[in-house]
Amino acid sequence: MAEIVSAPAHAAARPVGLLRAASAILWKDVAAEWRSREIVSGMAVFGLLVLLLFHFTLELEVQRQPSLTAGAVWVALAFAGTLGLSRSLAREIDRGSLDGLLLAPADRSAIFFGKMGANLLFVWLAAAILLPVTSVLYNVPLLQPAVIGIVALGTLGYVSIGTLLSAMAAQARTRELLLPILLFPIIVPLLVAGAKATEAVLAGLAWAGLAPWVNIMLAFDGIFLSAAWMVFEYVVEE
Amino acid sequence: MDSASKPLKTLTLASLLLLAVATGLVLFYAPREAVMGEVQRVFYFHVAAGWVGMLSFLVAAVAGGMYLARPRARLDEVAVSSVEIGVIFTLINIVSGSIWARPAWNTWWTWDPRLVTASVMELIYFAYLMLRSGIDDPERRARLGAVYTIVGFLSVPLTFFSIRFFRTLHPVVIGSSNPAAVGGFDMTPRMLQVFLFSLLTFSLLYISLLWHRVRLERLTRKVEEAKGQRMAGGAA
Repeated sequence: MAEIVSAPAHAAARPVGLLRAASAILWKDVAAEWRSREIVSGMAVFGLLVLLLFHFTLELEVQRQPSLTAGAVWVALAFAGTLGLSRSLAREIDRGSLDGLLLAPADRSAIFFGKMGANLLFVWLAAAILLPVTSVLYNVPLLQPAVIGIVALGTLGYVSIGTLLSAMAAQARTRELLLPILLFPIIVPLLVAGAKATEAVLAGLAWAGLAPWVNIMLAFDGIFLSAAWMVFEYVVEE
Repeated sequence: MDSASKPLKTLTLASLLLLAVATGLVLFYAPREAVMGEVQRVFYFHVAAGWVGMLSFLVAAVAGGMYLARPRARLDEVAVSSVEIGVIFTLINIVSGSIWARPAWNTWWTWDPRLVTASVMELIYFAYLMLRSGIDDPERRARLGAVYTIVGFLSVPLTFFSIRFFRTLHPVVIGSSNPAAVGGFDMTPRMLQVFLFSLLTFSLLYISLLWHRVRLERLTRKVEEAKGQRMAGGAA
């Protein structure tokens, strides 16, 4: 921080509030995505392809097995999510704009929350396309508040740890290859709990059948959101 | 080139000796288990290897946390050395468990929480080694590696709990026992002695391996630095 304060910037270069800085970064990413529309559409199309492949390779007969549908949706979301995540920080590094972000007179957490917020928004948009289409294709009622809540909860933890790991993978030689390898073993509990909770809703179980899975997701979100936030500054250090 | 220090040589010799004694105890001193027979003897080294695996990943996470607080090359050497040892011992744990499971459960593999957790853990640390091999700058490699040892270690207990809600059939020999477990048994005093001896042996083995590996890492760095100096000298 010291070198930023002593830099011969104009006198107004005081640290900006976390919320303002983070929303500026989020807004920048949303504006870039609005012009290109490549990340959300890429994720949605890839997710649909995964669901289609599942249908044909496993010959899903969904009416009999809600667990298979729930699992397929979560795997599709996880696979599709890595596409957007791998672009998120790689893009900043390739264009040299990460240095600009790091020089900004704001806390490093602002970069994390800004980037994470944008990634979360994009994953939610992709999910907003995937869920209704899956409901029609697989003939299951995914568009109910409980399922949407579970997806929102699961993607929150997924994107928290995903944003951190994508910043790490982007700095390695093997970046696109590395991200899923780093990410998937860590999100196993989240995927298991998400799929099982969705299955419980589809099977019409009461809250008692749902609670353990929701608790695991809450624990995962809490642990990994705070862990990623705390260590992010070490990852983007230059 | 400096040779290994005297304490390291002594420790290496002691752990090899203990390993030989432990093997003898497992094969000849420990009683034959009544139901499962000879294959139960896998248990002693199976649990000891699993213990070393967990211990080494814990050590790596602690070293990673300390590295982030105060970056020292030595801490990174400890972390990577510990992870490499942990990966090998977790593999020994999984493979020996599988050999036991074939006669005891009539299958090489089942999706029990402990088995899944061990294999997911193994994959996390494979990923750690791949992350390191993809970064050339030593300082960055150490920093990102430290972050991943912490994040990876945090996810292990969650994986275990998330899968535990499925029914488990892995025996719990130490502590409370699970009535649904297949292949459980009560340890006789002799079995307990051999078991504790194996744990001690494997812990010592871990320390001496870690010591050797950290020393190797240090020597590698010295050689690289010397090479760099020679090249710089030649250029000037």
